[in-house]
Amino acid sequence: MTVTTQTRRAVALISGGLDSLLAARLMLDQGIHVEGLNFYTGFCVEGHTHAIRERRRTKPQRNNALWVAEQLGIRLHLVEVVEEYKTIVINPKHGYGAHLNPCLDCKGFMVGKARAWMEAHGFDFIVTGEVIGQRPNSQRRDALPVVARESGALDRLLRPLCAKLLAPTLPEREGWVDRERLLALNGRNRKPQIALAESYGFRDYAQPAGGCCFLTDANYSSRLSDLWATRGEKQYDLDDIMLLKVGRHLRPRPNFKLIVGREEGENRYLSGYRRQFVHMEATSHHGPLALIDGDAADDDIELAARLTARFGQGRNADKVTIQVTDPQRGTRQIEVTPIPADEIPLNWYL
Amino acid sequence: MGCYSLDVRNLLCPMPVIRTQNRIVELNAGDILEVRCTDPGALQDIPAWCRINGHEVLRNDIENGEVVVIVRVGSAESAR
Repeated sequence: MTVTTQTRRAVALISGGLDSLLAARLMLDQGIHVEGLNFYTGFCVEGHTHAIRERRRTKPQRNNALWVAEQLGIRLHLVEVVEEYKTIVINPKHGYGAHLNPCLDCKGFMVGKARAWMEAHGFDFIVTGEVIGQRPNSQRRDALPVVARESGALDRLLRPLCAKLLAPTLPEREGWVDRERLLALNGRNRKPQIALAESYGFRDYAQPAGGCCFLTDANYSSRLSDLWATRGEKQYDLDDIMLLKVGRHLRPRPNFKLIVGREEGENRYLSGYRRQFVHMEATSHHGPLALIDGDAADDDIELAARLTARFGQGRNADKVTIQVTDPQRGTRQIEVTPIPADEIPLNWYL
Repeated sequence: MGCYSLDVRNLLCPMPVIRTQNRIVELNAGDILEVRCTDPGALQDIPAWCRINGHEVLRNDIENGEVVVIVRVGSAESAR
């Protein structure tokens, strides 16, 4: 008699960080076929977003989720969820964390998307790198069942890094994976994961200090709050949330905001929006490109020009010539005195 | 075999990779896709995605300030 063993298939959520790398690796060790899913929400902190500014960094730019997939030798499916994700950010059922981070809703959403993918592709279960107590919102012990329930994944959701601290899931009960070879990690201590990574020979993995999402960042959340407050509604599109990542943002008056590039990479990126925004830059001196977001009257334009001059090499000059371009009305040049630094109230900065 | 192009200029990664992935899914093995981007991260990411998923990168460099990646679509079985 011939006994055949079916290779079980798991879809792993791959953020690009260490925990999901290790969780997927533990599954590969048990002979599970693993493929990765990575979701792009628009709020992801990726090396390239930073690279808009840090063009001279010596470390090669990379997408960490792709890097993880290569280390593991698995396929990775990148999924854009920008539109669907809006409901999570705008009206999270479980509320926000310390800033505008809807972590628990987010995790439920992503595992729910993974469940749908699993069912559509005939996979058997879902793997995440969650660790009990690692995050104050979405990885509390009492939050983990919420994610499993609300995503519809139920007991097909396996968290290999802390599985031994949880009730056995379907893959464990059915013997698809050996529960004894799973882990019992908990808390915020990263040493066990770092040691495990070392034992596997994983080096140079990403360890973002503030997590993988801009919504956990205080400054970013403040800018998004400002966007919603000035528009009078909690809505956004992809360009809105991308621009919140780039440049200095100053709101001198309620009716307009100025976005000023901080270096060449940001100026180049902002230049892609020249057809959508009134924009300005110095012609008499080297300086940044600045976009005006909002309806600016002539005196607003003059103030914006003085601010733009302030952030260029003409900041100490008596006069700086600023070229102002309105996509509808054409280009003109105005001469302004750069605004002194001590005349810029701190509360103008978003 | 067909030759196709994809313009993802002014999109930041990972969008160029996602658009490349989504276009390649629609193509047949052996088809050629030329992708033009402005995010320099695409120089690393599109080839990485191709390696993972079994597609061949024929060209990957910068031309007139734009990243140009030319991919020969692999078969579904060629992915690891």
